[in-house]
This record gives sequence, C-alpha cells and structure tokens, in this order.
Amino acid sequence: MDYGALMEGIVFYLFAALAVLAALGVVIARSPIRAALSLALVFLALAAMYILLNAPFLAVAQIMIYAGAVLILFLFVIMVLNPRLDIVGGRNHAQTIAAVIFAVALGVLMIAAFVAGQPAPALGQFTPEFVSQVGHVQIIGALLFSDYLLLFEIASVLLLVAIVGAMTLARRERDQHANAKHDLR
Amino acid sequence: MLTVTHYTILSAILFAIGALTFLIRRNPLIMFMGIELMLNAVNLAFVAFARFLNNMEGQVFVFIVLTVAAAEVAVGLALVVAIFRARDNVDVDEIDALKG
Repeated sequence: MDYGALMEGIVFYLFAALAVLAALGVVIARSPIRAALSLALVFLALAAMYILLNAPFLAVAQIMIYAGAVLILFLFVIMVLNPRLDIVGGRNHAQTIAAVIFAVALGVLMIAAFVAGQPAPALGQFTPEFVSQVGHVQIIGALLFSDYLLLFEIASVLLLVAIVGAMTLARRERDQHANAKHDLR
Repeated sequence: MLTVTHYTILSAILFAIGALTFLIRRNPLIMFMGIELMLNAVNLAFVAFARFLNNMEGQVFVFIVLTVAAAEVAVGLALVVAIFRARDNVDVDEIDALKG
C-alpha cells in the first residue's frame, strides 16, 4: 500500500469537496458577506490544490492576491455600500430554471470532454525532480523575465490602467455629481 | 492515483457553479464573485495541466490570470460604487439607462 498516494487522494477529495460546497455557498448565500466568506473558502481550498500540484509559489500568490487583496476589496465595498445591498430574491422562475439548465449542461459537457479526452504525454522538461532541484520560484521567475517578458510588461500596463480607471470611476466630483445623478435617472 | 482528469473535472464543476452564480444572482457584487469562481476554475485546470505535462508555462499563465482578475475586480467594484452613488441602488435588473 502506497501511503503517499493514499494521503494525496484523501487531501484531494477533502479539499475538492470543500471547494465545491463553498462554491455552492456563493450561489445560494443570501447576504453578500456570506457569499464573500464562502468565496474565501474556495480560494483557500484551491491554494491547497496548488500545493498538491507541486506549485507552492502559486499557492502563496493565490492566498495573498485572492484571499487577501480581492476578498478584502469585496468586503470593503460591501461594508461601504451595506444596507441596500441585500437584494432579496433572485430572477424570475423561467430565467432561474433556464440558468440552472444551462450551467448543468455546461458542466456535464466539460466533464464529458475531459473524461473522453486522452491526456497528452508528459513531454515537458520540468519534471518534479527538476523543479525541486532548481526551485519552483526560480523557474517561474526565469520564464517570466525571458520567454514571457512581453506578457509580463502587458500585465503591468494593464494593472496601471486598472488603477487609473478605478480611481477615475470611484472619484466623487462635487459639482458634476448632481448632474450625473440626474442624467442616469 | 490522481490523474489530470480528477483536477479538470473539479475545475469544470467550479466553472459551472461560477457561471450559475453569474446568471441567477441580481446583486452585481455576487455576480463578480461568480466571475472570480470561473477564473479560479480555469487557473486550477492550468496548474493541473502544468503539473501533469511537466510544463511550467501553465503556471506562468496562472500568474497573468491572477493579474487580470485583480484588475477586473478593481475596475468592476469601482463601477458598482459609482452606480450606487448615482442611483442608490445596484440591482442589475434596474440598471437599464443604456436600453434603447
């Protein structure tokens, strides 16, 4: 009996169940706060998956960026906008049923495709031994700053645009505020 | 023994739940959470394929997807705040100022 594989299976199914249940919690949670906390559980479960998949750097980045930055941003906006955010009730029945059918069909289709497909042979050079020998962060860093330098630069420009855009959108303009309010109504 | 299919099936389930969240909720914040769920599902598939194909590029892409998700949330939440300021209401069914 291979105890390593057994442990791997136990951890996988434990965190897979946690991720799916927490994701369902996001769908059915009434209050946005509960949905956000369920989302935090999904993020943490996926971080565990990344560790299982031999990607510790991404697990840490996942916790820092998603469970840290993104989730805090959600909670902050919920806190700022609070009382009127509880939009009770969902869409009307026909829309809800159509959405559920669509989502189930999408999931079944994707699962069928993944089950039917043959996995490609593992031809890459980054075997687990090589990764543990060189170091996970070193390999990702080397790739980001050589082969994928353009991608990295585009991502940084995207972040800059997002910062400027978010500040412009969220800034309160005293004299134009009343006009904007009038226009939108 | 875990194979790549285990992870991709989990990823498909999470993606479908994220799509469902986006479609049936009327609160734009929770709709954004649905988008985050879908992005996370795709990330999981990327990392799983990176691991089982011995190929590191998948993890580089996950890093970029993290960036895009952060940018999307910042701009999206700023939009929600701006709409809330202008209308005192963020029900997506009632935001129809651009309707022809």
